[in-house]
Amino acid sequence: MFERLAIQASSFAGDIDGLILLIAVLVGFWFIVAEGMFFWLIWRFRERPDQKSQYITGKEKHLKRWVTIPHALVLVCDVFIIIGAVRVWYDVKQHLPEPDTVIRVEGQQWAWVFQHPGPDNELDTGDDIWTTDDLYVEVDRTYHFRLSSRDVLHNFSVPAFRLKQDAVPGRTITGWFHATSTGTYDIQCAEICGIGHGVMAGRINIQDAETHASWMSENATTTAAQ
Amino acid sequence: MAQATTAPVQDTHGHDTHGHHDQGWFKKYFWSTDHKMIAKQYLWTSIFMAVVGGLMAYVFRMQLAFPGIEVPGFGLVSPGEYNALITNHGSIMIFWVAMPMLIAAWGNFLIPLMIGADDMVFPRINRLSFQIFLISAILILASLFVQGGGFGGAWTSYPPLSANPEYNLTGLGASIWLIAVALEFVAFLLGGINFIVTLMNSRAPGMKAYDIPVTVWMIVIASILFMLSVGPLIAGAIMLLFDQTLNTGFYDPARGGDPILWQHLFWFFGHPEVYVVLLPAIGFVIDIIATFARKKLFGYKIMVYTAVATAVLSFFVWAHHQFIAGIDPRMANVFTVTTLLISVPIAELLFVIIATLYGGSIKFTTPMLWALSFVATFLIGGVTGIFLGASGSDIYLHDTYFVLAHFHYTFFPIAIIGGFAAFTYWFPKMFGTMLDETLGKIHFWGTVIPFQFIFIPLFALGLGGQHRRIYNFQNFPELASMQPLRVTATLALIVMILFQLVFFWNLFRSLRSKEKAPMNPWKANTLEWTTPSPPPHGNWPPDQMPKVYRGPYEYSVPDRDTDYWPQNEPS
Repeated sequence: MFERLAIQASSFAGDIDGLILLIAVLVGFWFIVAEGMFFWLIWRFRERPDQKSQYITGKEKHLKRWVTIPHALVLVCDVFIIIGAVRVWYDVKQHLPEPDTVIRVEGQQWAWVFQHPGPDNELDTGDDIWTTDDLYVEVDRTYHFRLSSRDVLHNFSVPAFRLKQDAVPGRTITGWFHATSTGTYDIQCAEICGIGHGVMAGRINIQDAETHASWMSENATTTAAQ
Repeated sequence: MAQATTAPVQDTHGHDTHGHHDQGWFKKYFWSTDHKMIAKQYLWTSIFMAVVGGLMAYVFRMQLAFPGIEVPGFGLVSPGEYNALITNHGSIMIFWVAMPMLIAAWGNFLIPLMIGADDMVFPRINRLSFQIFLISAILILASLFVQGGGFGGAWTSYPPLSANPEYNLTGLGASIWLIAVALEFVAFLLGGINFIVTLMNSRAPGMKAYDIPVTVWMIVIASILFMLSVGPLIAGAIMLLFDQTLNTGFYDPARGGDPILWQHLFWFFGHPEVYVVLLPAIGFVIDIIATFARKKLFGYKIMVYTAVATAVLSFFVWAHHQFIAGIDPRMANVFTVTTLLISVPIAELLFVIIATLYGGSIKFTTPMLWALSFVATFLIGGVTGIFLGASGSDIYLHDTYFVLAHFHYTFFPIAIIGGFAAFTYWFPKMFGTMLDETLGKIHFWGTVIPFQFIFIPLFALGLGGQHRRIYNFQNFPELASMQPLRVTATLALIVMILFQLVFFWNLFRSLRSKEKAPMNPWKANTLEWTTPSPPPHGNWPPDQMPKVYRGPYEYSVPDRDTDYWPQNEPS
């Protein structure tokens, strides 16, 4: 059931998963401590004939530290999480590595349109390859995608890459990915876009260099001939 | 502030005294200015809307678990109907269940009773507030049946989808939806002004700032928070309405507008809104825990300060809903910091609630079970929020079922668990009879256990990369194999809905019961327990208005015969 969960098909998928794991460990610790303490107190101080309730104001120093010390530690954990989050964010969204290839992705109700540069590796030339819902990329290559939308908000999301970016009409947003293994993965639209949102399913086909080259030559010629 | 006064509250009831007087049925049940009747009006309306919202969840969960099935009681679910159901489920549960239940119903009922006032300061504004609210509730329900069907652009209503009928195909439904939401905001602005002014002016003699029960503090802080945050959204909603009906271009990039502007306006309100409903629920929980642990609060002032800190911080976190929306990526760093900082006061608040149990003598009544389960459940909602507030991990988890499960783990404890905690605790005061404890406990376990089985599978689905608002996951090869999790969630929801029948049976029995509830069944300290159940018109006989001598949480004070010490008892 979860066989897809472990697939990390992009260069930054591992970083994002690592951050999720870091947060899981830190907040998991607090979660277990807080719930453990909570249920222990409920059990320990349940109503019993031999036990009277105590008058405690919360100002007693030796008791207050049970709240102030965890309070400070929560802050420390927050700092670690912030550092981890900002580092991953910077690598994925802020600092884009130089591209080997640039593609265009356009969302519309309710399909994805992809413009591949073709064998000459340049967009807007005669050998560009246009496809609908199927994106073809080469493994171990850095891609920039220029993302836009023809009508409403869409979201270009490839779970196997841990990649997600809104497509906004009137803007072109540039993002990147670097596929690390071949295969075919889902592209989901992750922003509600009308009644066809549930069928706006694309596929990303990651091919090795040889297959990709032959795919390009086959399709570039047919497109150019049209 | 420190000096409280009861005096110049004008009698706006149109009668000379607060004594008993006969009113016609219409005046008593519909045109009433009595805060207790208005509270009941809000309460029944919100319970009705909760049933509607819950049944909507049943329909779309059936579609998700068994795609293409003829849902019993509904029939086939088309994609358009599916979108309308999820949109209106979200809108109804937040604006027509959580807010009226937690703030309007209990705020109206409890604020005058807890501070020792005979009514709200502006009873007629109070009545107007409910009437506008009722119109908004009728509108949102009507919007489902107009031509084209109900609005299906999600409760966040992002343009251009929401702004253009050509895109959403539900032009009329979208406009009525928007008008209903805007009217609901107006109703709560009126109600909120009333709460704030009443707390400032109508406290019983002797009630200083730190003698006010935490519930009242929380409702009033929430009302202030709502007032300060809702303005931009009302403006935004009017612009959206113009875009829909007059074809203006506020959110249309082709005409100089910007769709992301709406997101800023929406979430500038939308995130504080979470705390608007959270704080009252936490207030109930604190009061109930103090009563049934027979304990003074571990740090009354810390609770008030952390609530204020949370409220202030909540104005600076809104863009964490928009990390991947196309905003400048540098902004994500700032909003990650503010968002994670908000965990500090909230964690502190939960720590002091937990610490209050230390040294107590805990009675497991039905309201106490609800209050304790609030803490246990809300913690899960709190810690899972960190994954989403951290920009790096939000890239993957944004708009997945992880988000959905996270906010249900916050809103369910807030609206449903908090709502039932308050309902079972103050029911004797409101209706004058007791609820059955055994039925109450069956209902409690039958609600909180299925809840876990609905939403823990949804966390797993979210981690597996399943996105929200998709009506049939069989279209996605990677998601198709996780169907058993969806079926589990749906079956658990059906079990939970069936257990609500126990609640309604219990309610029905108690309302018909002839057995009167005592004045103070839980041996609590706050002022609402010093008047008969239910309180008479004017709350206390005019010559017996309460005076306050101490704080609300003086439980188990040493060297006293009883373990409680009502606020109005002279020392």
